[in-house]
Amino acid sequence: MSGRALAAIISAGLSKFGKLEGLYSREIFLSAAKEAFDRCPNLNPKKDIKSLFIGQMSESSEHQGHTGALIADWLGLNPTPSVRLESACASSGAALRAGIQAIMSGLVETVMVGGVEKLTHLSTSDATEYLALSSDNFLEQWHGFTFPALFALIARAHMHKYKTREEQLAAVAVKNHKNGSKNPKAHIQKEITIEQALNSRIIASPLRLFDCSLISDGASCLILTRPELAKRYTDEPVYIVGTGQASDTIGLYEREDLTSLNSIALAAREAYRMADVGPDDLDVVEVHDCFTIAEIVSYEMLGLCGKGEGGTFIESGQTEIDGKIPVNTSGGLKSKGHPVGATGTAQVYEIYLQLTGQAGKRQVEGAEIGLTQNLGGHGSTSIVHIFKRNI
Amino acid sequence: MEEIAFLRDERGEIYPTIENFYKFCGMGKLMAVRCSRCGRLILPPRPMCPECYSTDLGWVQLSGRGRLETYSEVYVPPKNFASKSPYVIGIVRLVEGVALPGQIVVDRGEKAEVGMELSVDFESAPAEGWPQWPRYFFRPVDRK
Ligand SMILES: [Zn+2]
Repeated sequence: MSGRALAAIISAGLSKFGKLEGLYSREIFLSAAKEAFDRCPNLNPKKDIKSLFIGQMSESSEHQGHTGALIADWLGLNPTPSVRLESACASSGAALRAGIQAIMSGLVETVMVGGVEKLTHLSTSDATEYLALSSDNFLEQWHGFTFPALFALIARAHMHKYKTREEQLAAVAVKNHKNGSKNPKAHIQKEITIEQALNSRIIASPLRLFDCSLISDGASCLILTRPELAKRYTDEPVYIVGTGQASDTIGLYEREDLTSLNSIALAAREAYRMADVGPDDLDVVEVHDCFTIAEIVSYEMLGLCGKGEGGTFIESGQTEIDGKIPVNTSGGLKSKGHPVGATGTAQVYEIYLQLTGQAGKRQVEGAEIGLTQNLGGHGSTSIVHIFKRNI
Repeated sequence: MEEIAFLRDERGEIYPTIENFYKFCGMGKLMAVRCSRCGRLILPPRPMCPECYSTDLGWVQLSGRGRLETYSEVYVPPKNFASKSPYVIGIVRLVEGVALPGQIVVDRGEKAEVGMELSVDFESAPAEGWPQWPRYFFRPVDRK
């Protein structure tokens, strides 16, 4: 399997991310799907799409379950089979993997995968509880552990062991907002200063407001087909050459090393091996920066830098758009936004734009190989995918 | 004295469940189970050993002593904790080697510190409505 294409992306769509007042999940998803359909005129959705896999973290925000059937209906795709997948913030990463598996099984040729979440109508405390759902209820939620607090525990451990500094966390936010200011679909298209980040209010020490990603509404989707059929639909497909997924404890307290997120390293190892690609081969990367510390730990787990070196790595500027290995050119979850169920395939949308030269002001020149890293909860799920422009 | 009704198995033994763990907390005891086959100490208790799949598990009381591995002061709490904010949470590595997450109750002005010695304590009465059982928490050792 080494280095061969598992599936091809023939189109992709993304809704605007942000506070999408007056729009429900199904309507937000349609704007992502419309872009994907328009981008690929050779695709006849009703005839070609044989299955749908839709990621969404929870039905509770709109009191609307059965999201698979709902999306198929609203896309006018009945009776195409459709299911919802849930893996917390990695729900659409899981949907992508399910789509790849369906294609590779030979059962179907062409599928739509994607994700959606509607969050901004919730109060801060309701959104806090909603996101905490993906941690251990009886041991973490019962004791007042929020999601920022769980990542704060990782940050504190990392700072203690590796002397990582608050300024290095803030540098992640500054970089991602700089990138997001060039992304017309980002939730907040505004640069910030390091002073702003360092002086923002504490959410869960040592994490401040600007260490946290945004609570956003949004949807994303991809159309996948068998690699050998891709050119039927488009001259510029992007090939998926590696997929990896790993699980870890549902409670953070059960991990031996609180400075690592081992599931990322394990998922990456599987994807790298499958793709026959290493960290040095990557041209552009989207990582799951739900909190600034998560981006720093991701650098280390993906092998972009050594263990404990994430803090100095962000300060070196190597992950800027014009750096050696640009990370989160989209603005990441920090600036583009984090509608949790949509995030996994939204990361792939950015890599798709980069590898097909459509990323506008944030284009990485000559990008050929990309990687996405999608996290569920505090690393209880990790999903990594690797993409190539040419095969 | 045992007014608390534990869920028991067919042999009459207290079943290794999360609810029974919290019922023990209500009696002022921090309890884990040990697997009779492979010896693994399991906290919180589980009905089946994740290592060797044995269901032959025996309750053991823990010292409740440990060190703070990492912590955070929470300023944006979930609704049920609104009145407590800001409060400190952390992960405590017990002397028996297993770890527990929990609230760290420090005096106003006192700072939590990585490595500080802690001891377990328990809420006095089951909270009204939520959660259903009294919780354990930790406080610095020298304050007791
Ligand atoms: Zn065992």
